[in-house]
Amino acid sequence: MTLSLTRALNLIGAWALALLWILPLAYAVWTAFHPAAYEARFDLFAPLTLENFAKAWEAAPFARYFLNTFVLVTAILIGQFILGTLAAYAFARFEFPGRNILFALVLVQLLVMPDILIVENYRTIRALGLIDTIGAIAIPYIASGFGIFLLRQTFMSVPKELVEAAQIEGMSTLGILLKVYVPLAVPTYLAYGLVSVSHHWNNFLWPLIVTNSVETRPVTVGLSIFASIDSGVEWSVINAATLMTSGPLLIAFLLFQRQFVQSFMRAGIK
Amino acid sequence: MQRNWIHAWLLLSPAFVFLLAFTHIPAVTTLWNSLFTTPRGRRPSRWAGLENYETLIADPIFWKVLSNNIWFALGTIPTSIAIALAMALWVNEKLAGRGFLRMAYFTPTVLPMIAVANIWMFFYTPGFGLIDQITGRFGLPQSNILGQPDTALWGVMAVTIWKEAGFFMIFYLAALQTIPPSLIEAARIEGAGPWTIFRRVTFPLLMPTTLFVSINAVVNSFRMVDHIFILTGGGPDNASSLLLFYIYEVAFRFWDTAYAATLTVILLAILGLLAIGQFFLFDRKVHYR
Amino acid sequence: MISKLKAAVAGLALMASPALAVDLEFYFPVAVGGAAANTIEELTNEYIAANPGVNIDAIYAGSYQDTVAKALTAARGGNAPQLSVILSVDMYTLFDEDLIHAFDDFATTDEDKAWLKSFYPSFMENSMIDGKTYGIPFQRSTPVLYYNKEAFAEAGLTDAPATWEEMKDYAGKLTKKDDAGNVTQWGVRIPSSGFPYWLFQGLTTSNGATLVTDNGTKTNFDDPKVVEALEYLVSLSKDGVMAPGIIEWGATPKAFFEGQTAMMWTSTGNLTNVRKNAPFDFGVAMLPANKRRGAPTGGGNFYLFKGGSDEETKAAFDFIKWISQPTQAAKWSIATGYVAPSPATWDSKEMQDYAADFPPALVARDQLEHAVAELSTYENQRVTRIFNDALHAAITGDKSAADALAEAQAKADAVLKAYR
Repeated sequence: MTLSLTRALNLIGAWALALLWILPLAYAVWTAFHPAAYEARFDLFAPLTLENFAKAWEAAPFARYFLNTFVLVTAILIGQFILGTLAAYAFARFEFPGRNILFALVLVQLLVMPDILIVENYRTIRALGLIDTIGAIAIPYIASGFGIFLLRQTFMSVPKELVEAAQIEGMSTLGILLKVYVPLAVPTYLAYGLVSVSHHWNNFLWPLIVTNSVETRPVTVGLSIFASIDSGVEWSVINAATLMTSGPLLIAFLLFQRQFVQSFMRAGIK
Repeated sequence: MQRNWIHAWLLLSPAFVFLLAFTHIPAVTTLWNSLFTTPRGRRPSRWAGLENYETLIADPIFWKVLSNNIWFALGTIPTSIAIALAMALWVNEKLAGRGFLRMAYFTPTVLPMIAVANIWMFFYTPGFGLIDQITGRFGLPQSNILGQPDTALWGVMAVTIWKEAGFFMIFYLAALQTIPPSLIEAARIEGAGPWTIFRRVTFPLLMPTTLFVSINAVVNSFRMVDHIFILTGGGPDNASSLLLFYIYEVAFRFWDTAYAATLTVILLAILGLLAIGQFFLFDRKVHYR
Repeated sequence: MISKLKAAVAGLALMASPALAVDLEFYFPVAVGGAAANTIEELTNEYIAANPGVNIDAIYAGSYQDTVAKALTAARGGNAPQLSVILSVDMYTLFDEDLIHAFDDFATTDEDKAWLKSFYPSFMENSMIDGKTYGIPFQRSTPVLYYNKEAFAEAGLTDAPATWEEMKDYAGKLTKKDDAGNVTQWGVRIPSSGFPYWLFQGLTTSNGATLVTDNGTKTNFDDPKVVEALEYLVSLSKDGVMAPGIIEWGATPKAFFEGQTAMMWTSTGNLTNVRKNAPFDFGVAMLPANKRRGAPTGGGNFYLFKGGSDEETKAAFDFIKWISQPTQAAKWSIATGYVAPSPATWDSKEMQDYAADFPPALVARDQLEHAVAELSTYENQRVTRIFNDALHAAITGDKSAADALAEAQAKADAVLKAYR
């Protein structure tokens, strides 16, 4: 009796929260497919239109922006994984002079987000001649204190016996990393990958400052064209643009959510 | 032993080149800059000692945004973590419409803040905004959540919670799935109710995830300012401004880079303390599987 | 096939004359929706086509704020664009940073000198320092009053209010409530989010106050006339004819279309938008007068940045001169609703036709005669922020108008002292 009541309450709570959470997306869909006059009128018989998409498409080359974002996010992720893995491995496995100081420096980067150091970083990028490249957006983030820290935590929990066994088998230092440590850290890679992708997918200010052209700008900068101040917000167009750019990710999630969650799980159970 | 050193240093060097170049060196430059006046094209900068820090202590806006930021952190971190956990527990069970629930909770992660802030602005708009359209049905008067100093920060916090909870849910969900069902079953056989099971079994097992998520939440509570640009611009009268937003304003609107550097130093100090605290928690209490 | 051939030929031509080509970077903001960016690019391409040897990279740089941030950041990194459109009020900041050239230094011919004098004087107030021209008005605007003619007819009103008193009186008549006593239509809407000082200047100017004197080094925020203007603004909400609290700028046109307000104050940059989207007959009028008529100007100027070679700067100068000529300026004005900056532009055939078809466009031009410079000082953004905060404090009832403004004046004095 009480169990089924709890269950019903849970169901109601879950759905109420879900409806609340999906509201912005629902509103985006509503406005994107209806004429601007229905932005604030929720009339079931409102005429449908694709004009907002056409307008948004015309206003900015979103296909290109999307590609840029994709390249950017992938490049950052790969860079972070490689550099983070190497550094975390050094911290987790070796004793060496300066270890504590260097690790403290890594911890510093947990807090000193490059987001704050824009002016200084712009100077550096300029000196490197990288202004207006996707690389310029990526490189301040490519070594991530957070990633190193997280991977080190995971690597530290790798059983010593495994490592010793591998050593006896004559595996090289890098071989042990790749064959022993990395496979055990897959859930951490997934979790960290998600944080990283989500952050850079959303990042706005830094890309705006270091890029100048369509060929390098990510989606967020493209979207900001509609957040104009003089003429008021055009919800229908900005939402159409949002859907166009976020749609692929959403659909991918819908299709792969089971695999996605399961891979977290499988990796974790090992 | 010697070989280990060399290995370690070789492994570390690529990461450290980037860390030093884009974080530590610029951070030190920032600290250094906070001891000078802002250079203007027609007046070069000069040594200022602690002048900038004196200005800071006398700056009422600094104290305002600092207290805002503390409220913002207190208001968003526990709430979004609690909601995330509830969401994860729900979608981990076989509730009707689980696929839809998962997607709904996941939406904040894929919708960029810069776009979503506009949607929330519509929700909050007095008169014809969504909230007022609904409350209007019940005969309630118009609201102006973002336009009143006592509610603006709450409005901004709600958007943040929306964004964060959906994101954190994913980590909890993944962690929940690694808990062996046999443990729960065993507890149930011993006659434990759902609440006891959660408190005694599930929650302790989720501790590493909670700490992981809370580090993220703390950093984000001092970093997420994109939506403030669109929702309130920090107004009314700085009621919804946060530390990083103020730093951005001082640096990129007022062009007072020295004072911005000074504010940044304060932000760094706060984050430093928090992170050191969290690091010790993380390192001692949590035994990652 | 032919187009491919053409492209190939063009490519060859480009390769053949790389030494002659001048590459310019041109930052521009967009504050009126997506289509404006296309118009800028069309105009730029037209110029490039007519002037081989000059290549202009028109870079959309975000909002006004983003653009000035980007230009300053780039300049500090030693990579300034040769030209940029930036808010007219940022002129002192750019000047103080020593980033911009005076146009007079390049206006060598009589024709050039005449060109510098061809704009409306009210626009030039924000474009000159010590008698030298540092900005060329381009996307300039001024606030006007839009009103819903249907709502007016319903309330038995015909013309737009001409004075403060009338506006408040009309607004009272236009405010509608439902049975529960909740307002369904406000009388007037003067948005106050973001940059409230600008519209507020419509009140201070018509009340005979001047906010800034002494070449941008002294503000008069505590002038009793300014206090009076703020008290009037606050009274609109207090007396229930305008929504209380801070009113969002971005949602204002929509509120007008939705019948949430019968009158709104907003930029002429909205003309095209309102014309396209208002589902009712609307009118446009000058802001109401009190002691006099008055309004600020607003929007962006062209600036010529230092740091380029002589050749580049000269090319940038020529481009700015070209794009501000009547034909181009008319095209821009019609596409966006910005006020054409020179009388010659208004005399052009395109503009004449446009105005004949859409008479409200003329209101802005006629108001220019009464217009004054937008609030602009050294360290402009900081000083306006101080002022905005004071306005917010008064509007939300945290402080009285007099207290808020006295405090703001003291803070502004502290900032500006260094520049006197």
